[in-house]
Amino acid sequence: MGQVVVETTDLTKNYGGFTAVDKLNLRIEEGEIYGFLGPNGAGKTTTILMLLGLTEPSSGTVQVCGHIPTRDPIKVKRLVGYLPERVGFYEDLTAVQNLKYTAELNRLPRGEAEEKIAALLATVGLSQVADQQVNTFSRGMKQRLGIADILIKEPNLAFLDEPTVGIDPKGIDDILNIITNMARKGITIIFCSHQLPQVQKICTRVGIFAKGHLIVEGPVKLLEKQAPEEGQYRIEVQVAEPVPKLAELIKGIKGVTDISGPPELLLITCSADLRPQISRTVVDSGSSLIGMKIEEYSLEKIYKEYFHED
Amino acid sequence: MYAVFRKELADHFNSKRFIILFALAFLAAMFAIYIATQSIRGEVTASTEFIFLKIFTLSGKTLPSFLFFMSLFIPIIGIALGFDSISSEYSSGNLSRLLSQPIYRDAVINGKFLSGLTVLAIIIVSVIAIVAGLGLRTIGVPPTSEEVLRLVVFALISIAYGAFWMALAVLFSILSRKASTSMLSSIGLWIFFFFFMSMIAGAIANAQVPLDSNSTIEMITHNAEISGTIGRFSPCTLYGEAVAALLVPELASLNPALMMISTVSAGRMLTPLPFSQSLLLVWPQLVSIVALAAICFAISYIRFMREEIRSI
Ligand SMILES: Nc1ncnc2c1ncn2[C@@H]1O[C@H](COP(=O)(O)OP(=O)(O)OP(=O)(O)O)[C@@H](O)[C@H]1O
Ligand SMILES: [Mg+2]
Repeated sequence: MGQVVVETTDLTKNYGGFTAVDKLNLRIEEGEIYGFLGPNGAGKTTTILMLLGLTEPSSGTVQVCGHIPTRDPIKVKRLVGYLPERVGFYEDLTAVQNLKYTAELNRLPRGEAEEKIAALLATVGLSQVADQQVNTFSRGMKQRLGIADILIKEPNLAFLDEPTVGIDPKGIDDILNIITNMARKGITIIFCSHQLPQVQKICTRVGIFAKGHLIVEGPVKLLEKQAPEEGQYRIEVQVAEPVPKLAELIKGIKGVTDISGPPELLLITCSADLRPQISRTVVDSGSSLIGMKIEEYSLEKIYKEYFHED
Repeated sequence: MYAVFRKELADHFNSKRFIILFALAFLAAMFAIYIATQSIRGEVTASTEFIFLKIFTLSGKTLPSFLFFMSLFIPIIGIALGFDSISSEYSSGNLSRLLSQPIYRDAVINGKFLSGLTVLAIIIVSVIAIVAGLGLRTIGVPPTSEEVLRLVVFALISIAYGAFWMALAVLFSILSRKASTSMLSSIGLWIFFFFFMSMIAGAIANAQVPLDSNSTIEMITHNAEISGTIGRFSPCTLYGEAVAALLVPELASLNPALMMISTVSAGRMLTPLPFSQSLLLVWPQLVSIVALAAICFAISYIRFMREEIRSI
């Protein structure tokens, strides 16, 4: 059992009569990558702001790294990095100058800061543009710079509020990799997103938020098993020269519940991992099998269920 | 706080805005010198005291004096330095990142304000120095120590006056979060005080004490008193009165009624007040300007400390 890094009890935030976060009880331990998953307006950002002490909770208590954020803001902010939802930089300054400022605010000695900045820009893949003004940066480049900006203070805990929004698939993979590496170095991470696959990919634990409530919480693996129905799988099968009745043949396999898509790219839904049976059927039918991909699909189901609740 | 201050100051010096403001102020200084040297010969007699100060106060036949330029430019400089100080941080999405660094929240607003104040002071002091230096060369009369003292206080009041406009602009930049709105509001307020306040004051005074060709002197002074009192609600008037009393030592009173009489009886040679008396005369104005600046800053400060910072 690791040390508790974030702990809230009955944390609540009201805006006028509207409750954005309702009696939230969270407990996050050192080294976790915790996913905040939820639709727009669920209260994810509000929760983070309260954890950072940038917003006063209406009631309930917060402890971050052993401190109360509204009482000891400086101590908390020294240990915590925050990548805001739409991170911004001083547009007229270069990437390096922006990071230098952050380093200075964190009282890093100048020489040390310069070395570190160069190394971090390499980590996030921005070495080429280190001395370009930020106003020439694309959305994804700013997002990467934001991650470097967090890493410079060597936090114990990092809040990443939707770090992958507006980034191309390759960029997303890069960023998710950087995040996993951060976690490996011992940084506890809270990762906010409404992209289930990303959360599934990197998080050790997820909490699903809706309307200010934490609906379900648990390790990703466990949640998948907890699915209302038995675990379901979706298998994508890519076929060359399909024989006409291939779809029917596959449908005949026991356990297959649904099949869709064009004959060259079949999407098969089934209740178990039926890849061996399916590949045999394809080959036996005289078609050639090019590839197969399996997607676990039960967490998505939970997620969707809660999202479509209203 | 020091880090914020230094960064903001560096930003100011690197910005085009600073260059433009400085150029503007420099032009005003040149213009003032030109006007003063044109008209100073006609004004000065052997017995004239405070010749050096005349450089700052003389106006041409159709052209305004350096003082007028200052009263015009200082608010503009103040507003230009403050109007987007906070709103630009909001709109660029910088603020929440900045505030998640281990600094106190007031360090941000204090650092910004102080750096603005420093720039303001640099501009004002250098403009006065330029005018004084060039004036010295063209008229060849060195300033007396009293004149220097008066100029120093003049610079301080000007800085306080600029600080007021800057604090106002900072306040608007917190309230509106949009640079354009905040600039328009500050400039609107300035236009109101600068141009309309005296008209309104005059209109109210005339409604209270209507004047016509056979009004008595009491009525005229009463009328002037009313419009003067209302006019004092405008920081522009306060500044105008303060610098007039400082740089025109002959001005014996800021009472609007008495001032009117003295203009009526122009031609009579007035004896200049000693520095301490002039200072006493402008003390209320000076305190009011500083207080106004402090109030604006305090409101900004409180608003900013309570603001919820979201990046959207
Ligand atoms: N200052 C405010 N005043 C009133 N309501 C607010 C304020 N800030 C946020 N809210 C409300 O609080 C709710 C939660 O907002 P929050 O930003 O935490 O959602 P989120 O989970 O981060 O959503 P998203 O996925 O869109 O980022 C929203 O319904 C929003 O309308
Ligand atoms: Mg959000």
